[in-house]
Amino acid sequence: MERRLTGSANNAMIRKRYRREARFKAYTITALFVAFGIIAAFFTDIIGQGHSAFWRTEVQVTLDYNERAERIGRFALAEDMREIVSRGAVRSIPLEIRNNPELAGIQREIWAPAYSRIDQYRKGNEALSPELAAQVERLEREGRIRTTFNWAFFTSGDSKLPELAGIFSAAVGSLMVLAVTLAFAFPIGVMAAIYLEEFAPDNKLTQAIEVNINNLAAVPSIIFGLLGLAVFINTFGVPRSSALVGGLTLGLMTLPIIIISTRAALRSVPDPIRLGGFAMGCSRWQVVRDHVMPLSLPGILTGTIIGLAQAMGETAPLIIVGMIAYIPEAPSSIFESATVLPAQVFTWASEPRKAFVEKTGAGIMVLLAILLTLNATAVLLRRKFERRW
Amino acid sequence: MGIGLTTLLLIAALTPLGFLAYRLGRGKALATVASGVRMHSRPQQYGWYSVVWMGIPALGIAIAAALLSLLGVIAPARELVLIVSIAVGLLGFAYGLKAIRPEVRARNALDNVVRYLLLSAALISIITTVSIVLSILFESMRFFREVSVWEFVTGTVWSPGDTFLEAAGRGDEVGEGTSFFGTVPLFAGTFMVTAIAMATALPIGLLSAIFMSEYATPRQRGIAKPILEILAGIPTVVYGFFAAVTVTPIIVDIASFFGLDASYSNILSPGIVMGIMIIPFISSLSDDVINSIPQSLREGAYALGTTHSETIKQVILPASLPGVISAFLLGVSRALGETMIVVMAAGVRPNLTWNPLEDMTTVTVSIVYSLTGDLAFDSPMTLSAFALGLVLFTVTLLLNLVSTYLVRRFKQKYD
Repeated sequence: MERRLTGSANNAMIRKRYRREARFKAYTITALFVAFGIIAAFFTDIIGQGHSAFWRTEVQVTLDYNERAERIGRFALAEDMREIVSRGAVRSIPLEIRNNPELAGIQREIWAPAYSRIDQYRKGNEALSPELAAQVERLEREGRIRTTFNWAFFTSGDSKLPELAGIFSAAVGSLMVLAVTLAFAFPIGVMAAIYLEEFAPDNKLTQAIEVNINNLAAVPSIIFGLLGLAVFINTFGVPRSSALVGGLTLGLMTLPIIIISTRAALRSVPDPIRLGGFAMGCSRWQVVRDHVMPLSLPGILTGTIIGLAQAMGETAPLIIVGMIAYIPEAPSSIFESATVLPAQVFTWASEPRKAFVEKTGAGIMVLLAILLTLNATAVLLRRKFERRW
Repeated sequence: MGIGLTTLLLIAALTPLGFLAYRLGRGKALATVASGVRMHSRPQQYGWYSVVWMGIPALGIAIAAALLSLLGVIAPARELVLIVSIAVGLLGFAYGLKAIRPEVRARNALDNVVRYLLLSAALISIITTVSIVLSILFESMRFFREVSVWEFVTGTVWSPGDTFLEAAGRGDEVGEGTSFFGTVPLFAGTFMVTAIAMATALPIGLLSAIFMSEYATPRQRGIAKPILEILAGIPTVVYGFFAAVTVTPIIVDIASFFGLDASYSNILSPGIVMGIMIIPFISSLSDDVINSIPQSLREGAYALGTTHSETIKQVILPASLPGVISAFLLGVSRALGETMIVVMAAGVRPNLTWNPLEDMTTVTVSIVYSLTGDLAFDSPMTLSAFALGLVLFTVTLLLNLVSTYLVRRFKQKYD
């Protein structure tokens, strides 16, 4: 591509400068595309790791409710199936028989989840001994093995058996923690922001509060974990690992985010609105309550959603306050030990067994889906209600 | 009686009282107005006025009692507190109703109550900071009573683990001085991972920001900016998984291709991934700064015949340097305090080395590992986490302060 240059532009020095210009622009574009490439690689990688966990292998087996199965559930299975079917699938048979004595002696055909090694073998992640592989082959031919959508991943809690582990209890824990965080940080944050933006005189105390809030927003999250441990657990005696202590800790962390975004939302309401209210004889609180607040509500909500999304992805402070316990059952109150989605991801990621890698990936996919939805909601909310004054 | 039950009973008693106070107060005001007397405020404001007289003293007593018993000054019986505060509530209720007269400025009083309520919410942030400082300082002082500050700062061996045996009453088996709290290797690891992260994030973030603010059309900018910001919304635990499962093996493979020996918990991988995490901080802050450079500076440069890139390199960047430095410092403070990526991908072995392919551990990793598992709150190992936290808090606080100062100076110059 020959560019015709005339006059001084033909000068070798100037051509060199133009080339340098093109080179510099290319660097900046490259940098941006490197970043995009990283994002693409990242999502491809996570989806590649995690997508298979949404499917699971099930095997058709005959359960024989015989006398030995009354004591140990595994004996309900034919001998050659004991290495194929998940231990978790037959664990409850003794209990079933005790609760329903008429079950004893009958036989039943069910589709049971397969042992994780079989599952991993069929997904091509792990090798099996030749005998087991041959048996899977045979089952495959007989049509007694199938792949179904792994609903259990969403409906069951954590388990030591990878084929049964799910995110349900962690999701419940996350909801509880977020509820506590919201209940703590939203009212206090909005009130503090209203004070600073609408009521505060410009004095030393106000300036101190402002500097303080800006600095709190940048304190590493792990420090909030130390605070939660020292203050909530040691001083106030809040139960360790509970959703309450996690929520309060994250609440303190989210507080500055909510305050800063609420202040921005309040500031965007133009002064004539307030002056109009004052002219009608409203008190300051009436102006704020009836005029400024309703107008800035979308902005406040946007900031709150972003703050909550950040709290939801946070792990480090929760580890410090003990929220990485093994929680197979969903907690029923905020005082019980609980875990949250990112902490569940962390627990699974530290499992050496291969079957947990895909679980980790799938947990991350769910977490990212929730967070991206939250952030997208915030952006849409802002777009829809943003007002230019 | 549990604290939950007491609170519940108090609320159960005060809620109907408050409702009643509102109805009666408003009723009295309405009756006064109906009799032809002009009142200072609206009737419902007198309603709220009597609610305030009822509620604030009662709640004040309850909260004061709770604080006193928490601080361990005196611990009054919960039943007593409950009865006293309800009685005070009743007294306030009676007084508030009686006090409603046409000349009482209920509206102004309410405004003041609201103002102090809001102020107390704003003070929570100060209380948070103070309690961070106090709690960390207090636990650190307990730590430094057992370990000398000099050893903590200059020691090159970090092995707190042996104190477990001492805590278990088997201290004699360990012998004297087997637990070491020298933080130099930890800070070396933190420094290394931060340096790698910034070496990754600064060029990519800054150059992207230059593209977005100087070269891109508004449309390109509108697409590129949100995409980059996705990176800021990804939880750190996800980055940690990415570093440990994907990036580390790649680095080990590349290293072995060049005949180098890389550890499977090398510090390079978490450093790079942390850099990726920091890219959006650098790019969006620098983007803001570059955008706020007055157009006249650019036009002046163009008028002298400089090319676009020469303008950027010789005019825009020097002018926005304070802002870029402040973005850099904020990035450093993020990297220093980042926990999950290093916990998941870096090593746990304190290692003093210059080789990024070896495993190293960081301050945050040590904090996490000394606080997980069974906690004994008097063992130096647990307390060491707070001493490390103190250093981390101080350093990041300083970085943030310098960074805010630089940004304010920059804004004053160009706004």
